Amino acid sequence: MNETSTAVTPASRVRLIVFWAYVLIPLAWGVINTLRQALKLFV
Amino acid sequence: MTSMSQPAHAGPPTFFSKQATVARPGFTRWMVPPAALAVHLCIGQAYAFSVFNGPLTKVIGITQSAPDDWSLTTLGWIFSLAIVFLGLSAAFAGKWLEHVGPRRTMFTAACCFGGGFLVSALGVWLHQIVLLYLGYGVIGGIGLGLGYVSPVSTLIRWFPDRRGMATGMAIMGFGGGAMIAAPLSVALMNHFKSATSVGVAQTFVVLGIAYFISMSIGALAIRVPPADWKPAGWTPPDTSHRMITRNHVDIDEALKTPQFYLIWLVLFLNVTAGIGILGQASVMIQESFKNTVTPAAAAGFVGLLSLFNMGGRFVWASASDWVGRKNTYFIFFVLGAVLYYFVPSFATTGNIALFVLAYCVILSMYGGGFSTVPAYLADMFGTAFVGGIHGRLLTAWAAAGVAGPVLVNYIRAYEVAHGVAKADAYTMTVHIMAALLVVGFVCNLLVSRVNEKHHMSEAQLANEQ
Repeated sequence: MNETSTAVTPASRVRLIVFWAYVLIPLAWGVINTLRQALKLFV
Repeated sequence: MTSMSQPAHAGPPTFFSKQATVARPGFTRWMVPPAALAVHLCIGQAYAFSVFNGPLTKVIGITQSAPDDWSLTTLGWIFSLAIVFLGLSAAFAGKWLEHVGPRRTMFTAACCFGGGFLVSALGVWLHQIVLLYLGYGVIGGIGLGLGYVSPVSTLIRWFPDRRGMATGMAIMGFGGGAMIAAPLSVALMNHFKSATSVGVAQTFVVLGIAYFISMSIGALAIRVPPADWKPAGWTPPDTSHRMITRNHVDIDEALKTPQFYLIWLVLFLNVTAGIGILGQASVMIQESFKNTVTPAAAAGFVGLLSLFNMGGRFVWASASDWVGRKNTYFIFFVLGAVLYYFVPSFATTGNIALFVLAYCVILSMYGGGFSTVPAYLADMFGTAFVGGIHGRLLTAWAAAGVAGPVLVNYIRAYEVAHGVAKADAYTMTVHIMAALLVVGFVCNLLVSRVNEKHHMSEAQLANEQ
């Protein structure tokens, strides 16, 4: 089997976007917080 | 699509069994990295445990430490135990995780890590330190180890064309987890604290439940590829002249090869060179640039290092797919040694920009060392048991976790005791780090293809699967 035989359905595409957002939004929040802290080095 | 054949010795597949997690048609492999990230972002909390140290020294006194309150030395053992049990569980559970598959392992990790917080909350409430040692240290530490290694082999099987990038994404989560956990924990403690409580027990309960749910979502979403799966249009590269094998080596057999111990040393030396500096970064920059860098700016420096540590995990591991695993470690050791050698001169000339830049690059390579090593192992020993072999290799991390800080702290203390100015006391330390990286370069140079006598036969492989 290869990836072409498992065509991604619209429903699974939505699941994929939601799942990535679920992990990336908290990570982005943490990175922004840390960046704010890091900027204190330059002020 | 064909499904993975059922082993003759197995019973009917249950929800948590390996057979039940085989991907069905329509599943995209890009669902697997966020499933791994859901686990690694949680267990990465370990790097932020120090935010609880201050409040935990005032559980009885609330506003200030009372005579019966725990000391920082007593509390320090919680994190140390967690790292020891991370290494032990990763090393000893390797065979089990390859046998039962990623879903059961990730769910067990969720139970242990979340449960560890709940036991610790009880420990704070009853003021019994042994419950914190048992809860976060032992049970939580086992959750850390299982959670760390559980998605690695699955990712490598889904991304044979981008092994480094796939594992880099997950292990980047371990670096980023503390960035979420630290501000979240502080906010929760502020929310729960009162005239009679520092708010740690309640925070532990909330975090324990939240981490259990988040890690369980990762466990539910994870899927393993069918046995004959490969990415569309991808053909396995010709490996006859490269350091990538198409064969497989069993976990126990891998320990009989010199390659395992050489890569163990490669990881140990790379981590030792970074971990000691990471723990001393704030003090180091303030002492190196006295009256120039304030404590707030030093905290910014630590934050910047955390970002490079996290980013390096993804960038270097992804780059290793192009430049090769061995060459990536050559870059770490050469560039790291050169930067460590010159960094004291940046301090003495007052060049803070170059000083910061050098340490940022060094910490990116520290993170990159963690995320590139699973793909290195898969190249050398095959993908069948890479999770278990990786688990055993993580004992190098535990060893470096002791060696790195000891080297930095003791050498600095020795220098200061012998009259060296604090600003200059790190020169000897970083030069020793540079020497360690040269040794790492030699170890990496000695890594060659695994002898064919260690490869599994087709029959052995079929029996194991």
